[in-house]
Amino acid sequence: MQRFPCPFCGPRDEREFHFAGEADKDRPDTTQDISDEAWADYLFNCKNSCGPTREIWVHFPCQEYFIMERDTVTMSVAGTTSVRKDLT
Amino acid sequence: MTRSYSAFNILREGLRGHKGWAPLWRSPDPKPEYDVVIIGGGGHGLATAYYLAKNHKISRIAVIEKGWLGGGNTGRNTTVIRSNYFYPESTRLYDLSVRLYEKLSREINYNVMFSQRGMMVLSHSEAEMEIAARTVNAMRLGGADAELLEVKDVRKKAPILNFREDARYPIHGAIWQGRGGTGRHDAVAWGYARAADGLGVDIIQNCEVTGFLVEGGRCKGVETTKGKISAGRTGVAVAGHSSVLAEMGGYKLPIHSYALQAFVTEAIKPVMDTVAFSPMTGSYFSQSDKGGLVIGGGLDRVPSYGQRGNTPMQDTVLSGIVEMAPALAKVKLLRHWAGIVDVSPDSSPLIGPSGTEGIFINCGWGTGGFKAIPAGGYLFAHLLATGSHHDISRPFDPSRFPAGRLLDEAAGSGIAH
Repeated sequence: MQRFPCPFCGPRDEREFHFAGEADKDRPDTTQDISDEAWADYLFNCKNSCGPTREIWVHFPCQEYFIMERDTVTMSVAGTTSVRKDLT
Repeated sequence: MTRSYSAFNILREGLRGHKGWAPLWRSPDPKPEYDVVIIGGGGHGLATAYYLAKNHKISRIAVIEKGWLGGGNTGRNTTVIRSNYFYPESTRLYDLSVRLYEKLSREINYNVMFSQRGMMVLSHSEAEMEIAARTVNAMRLGGADAELLEVKDVRKKAPILNFREDARYPIHGAIWQGRGGTGRHDAVAWGYARAADGLGVDIIQNCEVTGFLVEGGRCKGVETTKGKISAGRTGVAVAGHSSVLAEMGGYKLPIHSYALQAFVTEAIKPVMDTVAFSPMTGSYFSQSDKGGLVIGGGLDRVPSYGQRGNTPMQDTVLSGIVEMAPALAKVKLLRHWAGIVDVSPDSSPLIGPSGTEGIFINCGWGTGGFKAIPAGGYLFAHLLATGSHHDISRPFDPSRFPAGRLLDEAAGSGIAH
């Protein structure tokens, strides 16, 4: 069992967390015309890095969304940061 | 040296102390140039090389493998072969694979031990029975064999299962595919390797691809730990690490890598001569010829390249097995392992041009790549030889994502991979 550090609750059982997607994707400006390719690129394509990665996760019990930096080979977690804007 | 396997040759070699058997394949140094270079010496890569040489008469082919043959997912699966999918496109694809498996041992003169012991997908409620009937009809319309079993038929085929009426997941019936079953995973890799080598394919192990040679936007070959190799066309069949190669090749993929675990128990007397899967528990099992129960389930929930599993999914899969067959609760595990699988957004594979000219991809098989090895190889060979799709692989082109023509088998057949 691995523990992930929730920025709000602290270290908790991995089963309480859900992988929500890769971080740092730029959403196309949907007020403009976007090509099918650009939209599909945003929706589906991902880096899926082998090694250090930045991802968006959610901690279900407290609904905190946060960035987790971890390594996809060693599974070690470098750190987590909340994405709540009112914190900064 | 004796190459062909027959009763006569086994007898003759037996009398000579088995000293005359030829190695299954050569270990050549890479040549500077090939017509087609295939990256990945697993089932799909080796089958592709075999069908390229056999069906398309391409003479200069190399398979490049960073480790050893079949050391990735081909050696890490639960060996189930089936074609119980929902959409006609999927059934055509996976049933081609079952048909190729049916004649494979004879065709390549190597026993892949395809045992058509049948596969059942259990239904645990009346509502599930209705969906099961729909799936059976869809499979039949797609050209695969399927039957709807009542509970008494399930009991006859697999008496070890939990038939108690107060079970948490009572059995109401099952979808039965009699042509499904299991195969010997290593034999599939070795058999295809031997057959491809016999047709002149160079199989180069312990040779890692470190980059693609791209000139003017076109891929002209690969850089490897054994030097540069030029290629007319390059095929990539490296499930689990598809995104790593994509980054090197300058193309993008809609793939996430996850660990998929499997388990084998100590050998026990025969208790199960078919494959049973329960969508409610997410677990499935069969019994190998050696007597060990071969157990599988869903993906770990954390994206990973780690080739090892984590404990929450072990809990889930093994509790599922105990629910399905409580009599097995005290059977001890012998070992367990994980492979890294490519998960695509619609749980269907990607076969087609990569986006970088000269590079073609065969990936995204999720948790079900083993059963698709013959079809994946057959269709990928067609693509690499002709530059265009076989009719069966066309719906699986990566262009289905921008077009919005997804083949969502996770929703379609309820099989989570």
